[in-house]
Amino acid sequence: MLLGWRPDAVKAAKWDRNELAIVLERESLREACALLRDNPQTKFEFLADITCVDWYPSDPRFEVVYNFLSISRKERVRIKVLLDGSDPNLESLTSLWPGANYFEREVFDLFGIRFNGHPNLRRILMPDDWEGHPLRKDYPVEGYR
Amino acid sequence: MQHVATLEAGEDRTMVLNMGPQHPSTHGVLRLLLEIDGETIVKIVPDIGFLHTGIEKTYEAKFYQQCIPLADRMDYLAPFSNELGFCLAVEKLLGLDIPKRAVWMRVLLTELTRINSHLVWLGTHAMDIGAMTVFLYCFREREELLKIFEAIGGQRMFTSYFRVGGLAMEAPLDWFARTKKFIDGFPEKIDEYEGLLTGNPIWQARTKGVAQISAEDVIKLGGSGPILRASGVDFDLRRDMPYCGYENFQFKVPTHKDGDVWARYQVRVAELRESQKICKQALEGMPEGSIRADAPKIVLPDREKMKTQMEALIYHFKIVTEGFTVPPGEVYQAIESPRGEIGFYVVSNGTAQPYRVHVRAPSFANLALLPAMCEGKLIADVVAAIGSIDIVLGDVDR
Repeated sequence: MLLGWRPDAVKAAKWDRNELAIVLERESLREACALLRDNPQTKFEFLADITCVDWYPSDPRFEVVYNFLSISRKERVRIKVLLDGSDPNLESLTSLWPGANYFEREVFDLFGIRFNGHPNLRRILMPDDWEGHPLRKDYPVEGYR
Repeated sequence: MQHVATLEAGEDRTMVLNMGPQHPSTHGVLRLLLEIDGETIVKIVPDIGFLHTGIEKTYEAKFYQQCIPLADRMDYLAPFSNELGFCLAVEKLLGLDIPKRAVWMRVLLTELTRINSHLVWLGTHAMDIGAMTVFLYCFREREELLKIFEAIGGQRMFTSYFRVGGLAMEAPLDWFARTKKFIDGFPEKIDEYEGLLTGNPIWQARTKGVAQISAEDVIKLGGSGPILRASGVDFDLRRDMPYCGYENFQFKVPTHKDGDVWARYQVRVAELRESQKICKQALEGMPEGSIRADAPKIVLPDREKMKTQMEALIYHFKIVTEGFTVPPGEVYQAIESPRGEIGFYVVSNGTAQPYRVHVRAPSFANLALLPAMCEGKLIADVVAAIGSIDIVLGDVDR
């Protein structure tokens, strides 16, 4: 299944509750996802979702989660990338899937993770002049007063 | 607070037009910035977030059972679909098996909610394009459906009826007879709607060839549900990746190859008919038995047992005050909502509150298709395109 991936790209993989989750090296995300999409044996052509989990205060702090679906093979896979808290950024997938645009903007808005190469990385749900990133764990549930 | 999404007009002929957020055809509070050259759209920028309520953040401070009413409030036209997605995700984390009767009831209610949602879509979509009568017809049937929901869940729209581990309570006495009456009479009603629209030359002129999009583009942009099927992709999670006992039901997955507003209309009307068939099968084959899983630490005990058994009272007190713990792990549970793939990504750290819940909202992803559908086309067709995407702004903004 991991055909064509660089051998050092995969940091961990887990099969849990009938779902496969693979943790990838940050640098190889884009290349590996392109292979996932184009390899006829995987064919994960549908990027269903991008989100993030904040594991504050542990390190690495952020876990960016990509859920892929293969419409032709009727299978799912979850790709994860770990980022540290100081300057979280990683490569955008918008050039591979234009649909990643909104999802990445949402993650940027609510978690403050920058996606390099994104054409329009602005807030999407919160007002443009909002302070802080609400879904971070150090952001209070009731907001700043 | 300000939404300062802006769009500059081009150098010579174009101008920028603001549409919404308070515009009846945007089905909620969607703001669109349209750069137009005469009647032609050059660029279209959706501005969303006006209905953002931070539901994902609120989830992190709630017990699992308290999350269910919040799920209703996202996609408020399809509350049962949201409840089902959340319950299935948590049940997957718990490894909990649900009794057959509860599974059948869930399928029945989720299909009724699909009918409800498609009726609102059809009525408002037709009204946007100018066919007023259809709206009245659709809402006549929707009213009966809302009464059916009220009878079973106590509320018309935000039913909060599904529970982790089953259902809240048994249906009232005449509920099945009433639902059966509605379901048996429904195909005729669909014929009425189709009689008003399908052969109508104005309707055809306003929908055929409008806001066309190819299957390839839909997949690339993350569109799902009826839009994907109207562009010719034969994929439905209910049939292809079955959940909640859908493998026991026979139904067709309607598709269309044109990918325009007309195709999406045809697909959704055909889905109304298929949902009616599923409801009929569910009513006919409704198994007897319990509607709650045998898991005293997760599922609230019977009211009667609480009055006579001490353990039941203790479990009730513990669940209500402390919630129930869920083993650590993460799942992504996707189901086919009326609008497409709604996915619940739930992360548990072993406590009674979810560590993180993310909702893959179908309307949010489908809205990204709007520029691809409209750019280079006529401004009058924007309204038809929005209607055919069938967005719910509560679902877009969460």
